[in-house]
Amino acid sequence: MMPTKKNLIEHLRKEIFRMQGFSVAGKSGGINFGLQKIEDSFPNSVFPTGAIHEFLCMANEDHAASAGFISGLLKTLSAKGSPMIWVSTNRNLFPPALKSFGIEPDRIIFIDVNKETDVLWATEEALKCNGLAAVIAEISDLSFTQSRRLQLAVEQSKVTGFILRRNEERMTASPCAARWKVSPLPTAAEDELPGLGFPTWSVELLKVKNGKPGKWTVQWFADNFKILSTQPVVETINFSKAV
Amino acid sequence: MTIWFRYLLANRMTLRKPELKDKSFVFKSTVANRVVVSACNNNAQKQGIFIGMPLADAMAILPDLEVFQEIPKQNERLLKALGKWCIRYTPIVAVDLPCGLIFDISGCTHLWGGEAGYYKEIINRLRNLGYDVRGAIADTIGAARAVAHYGNISPIVKSKKQHEALLPLPPAALQLENITLQKLNKLGLNTINSFISMPRSVLRRRFGENMLQQIARALGDEEEHIKPIQVPQPYEQRLPSIEPIRTATGIEIAIKNLLELLCKQLSNDGMGLRAASLNCYRVDGKIISVNIGTNMPNSNPSHLFKLFELKIASIAPALGIELFIMEATKVEELNPVQEILWQKEGGLDEMCLAELLDRLAGKLGNSVIHRYLPQARYWPERSIKAVNSFSEKLEIGWMNDRPRPVQLLNKPEAIEVTAPIPDYPPMLFRYKEQTHKIKKADGPERIEREWWLDEGQHRDYYTVEDESGKRYWLFRSGHYNGEKPSGWFIHGFFA
Repeated sequence: MMPTKKNLIEHLRKEIFRMQGFSVAGKSGGINFGLQKIEDSFPNSVFPTGAIHEFLCMANEDHAASAGFISGLLKTLSAKGSPMIWVSTNRNLFPPALKSFGIEPDRIIFIDVNKETDVLWATEEALKCNGLAAVIAEISDLSFTQSRRLQLAVEQSKVTGFILRRNEERMTASPCAARWKVSPLPTAAEDELPGLGFPTWSVELLKVKNGKPGKWTVQWFADNFKILSTQPVVETINFSKAV
Repeated sequence: MTIWFRYLLANRMTLRKPELKDKSFVFKSTVANRVVVSACNNNAQKQGIFIGMPLADAMAILPDLEVFQEIPKQNERLLKALGKWCIRYTPIVAVDLPCGLIFDISGCTHLWGGEAGYYKEIINRLRNLGYDVRGAIADTIGAARAVAHYGNISPIVKSKKQHEALLPLPPAALQLENITLQKLNKLGLNTINSFISMPRSVLRRRFGENMLQQIARALGDEEEHIKPIQVPQPYEQRLPSIEPIRTATGIEIAIKNLLELLCKQLSNDGMGLRAASLNCYRVDGKIISVNIGTNMPNSNPSHLFKLFELKIASIAPALGIELFIMEATKVEELNPVQEILWQKEGGLDEMCLAELLDRLAGKLGNSVIHRYLPQARYWPERSIKAVNSFSEKLEIGWMNDRPRPVQLLNKPEAIEVTAPIPDYPPMLFRYKEQTHKIKKADGPERIEREWWLDEGQHRDYYTVEDESGKRYWLFRSGHYNGEKPSGWFIHGFFA
């Protein structure tokens, strides 16, 4: 009797995941980002595309690191050659740098608006447009309602949304698929050579919908992610999981 | 009716340059390696200059003659434009090269009170514009042309009287070939009267078939065909409302209906809309107009409606709107095989993206949308250029052989540093009240200023990493100078 019940629960869970928009491993929905250990944290071990990912970045340094990490993800998402849209108010992003993360900077359409509300409007409109590889938005404040709207938009179009949030203090609950924090780490030089090594980040999954948060050290090496170490999950994350 | 512009090009030139009014000038063109006069003005003609005269001879007659190069086909273009203007008098206007217009005026003259009034109106209008014209009205094109060019009698030839009108005119009025005219002249046949009653077989044997044809055409025995100017149909739709419209819903319905009609008209012609304007005529006499634009030619009513929807709020109906006029101000051919944007294999609905960008541009303005292409320049601020077009391809590839920061400050910010001299990266720097101890560094990479564009010092860029792993792009402006401290700046953040 027991195994059947377990199977049933497993089956039902998968069904719920499917309804929530998480794709099931093994099917075409699963795209390999080369982040195996991190992908394991997500339900069904599949990185959720067609969902909203939130990145927390207060400082410029974190912002740059997050942009680098996202570019690495975009490389896989835009492999088919579809364009991306980057919405922001005061943008410092320097497009040529993204080339070293494997994407063609001319495929990004930048929308530089003046007001925060316009960022939200433009992001929502862009997320509704299927066929885009991804929409990246720099937003400082995002209320629950606003993020819910964005989530609803992507559920239709299956576009992946990345939100870079500047303001960490006013953190609210959000229906996003994942909340990340990426910050730079000292690089390890190869063979004791002087100078800087490959970009290295501490990638932290603060919150995952139906998944396990965690923390990893990730390096961008030879046009691919390389996971250097996995750190134990911090206990305090449990409360945010309940949100 | 035919109109003959006696000095078409010259009149045009005088209109553009009024100071030429009292001078003599000619247009020159090269015919079979000879430079000849191809057109002249009134004053020049009075001095004995004629069309086809070698330019050197003309210059000999009038040393202070002004000469302009003739632009090929200019007269044709000019006549077409004038012809379009004349559509107000009759729907059928044709160009009669080299310098005439032909009108089919059947059923038009009574609007100006008969043929005389009609004739006077057109000739006076054209003369007031500055063109020296002669005109004639007759049953046949040939007769009208002959009378316009050579007639000394009334320009209006009564119906069926073209035979009489032609008799006193010289044979040149019949548009005959030069060689025929010379033969006629030799034989002393100086008026049409002197040979028109000769047997046809004689005329054919002596002067050829062409002459008979011209005579038949002038007399109306044979039909002469004209090729009327096609007037471009404006893409415009009107929607009058019985009751003045005052609500937003009403305006929405009006826009929807107009767009349906307009898009149908456009797609029938295979055209797509690039810009449109909606004029709302209010009861109080004011006109409110709103404009939209698209990135790609579009004839999809629901998309265009979305663009107008954003503007409905700006239409104040006040007492009500009684007439809507929607006009496509800019149209382009709708290319069924659209240029491929970035798509390599399926997936992107290009129309969908174009419509998205239209919506963004419609609400936020065109200036918010940017796309960047690389430029072959090292100076970081100039290494990319913003482009508006979404189909512009890369001319050069993106470079990634040099480290470039993910975040670049719009303006480098000054920092305080402690650096060993003369050419080492700093040991520590202070930025925004925080001290960063530098553990690792790469560089310098010297980037010279583009001295042909601006002045200033070169930059020596260092990529540095502090103890917590944060990576920065710093530079020293100019050379190390022992006397005063060098200027150090932070310019970017690496991932």
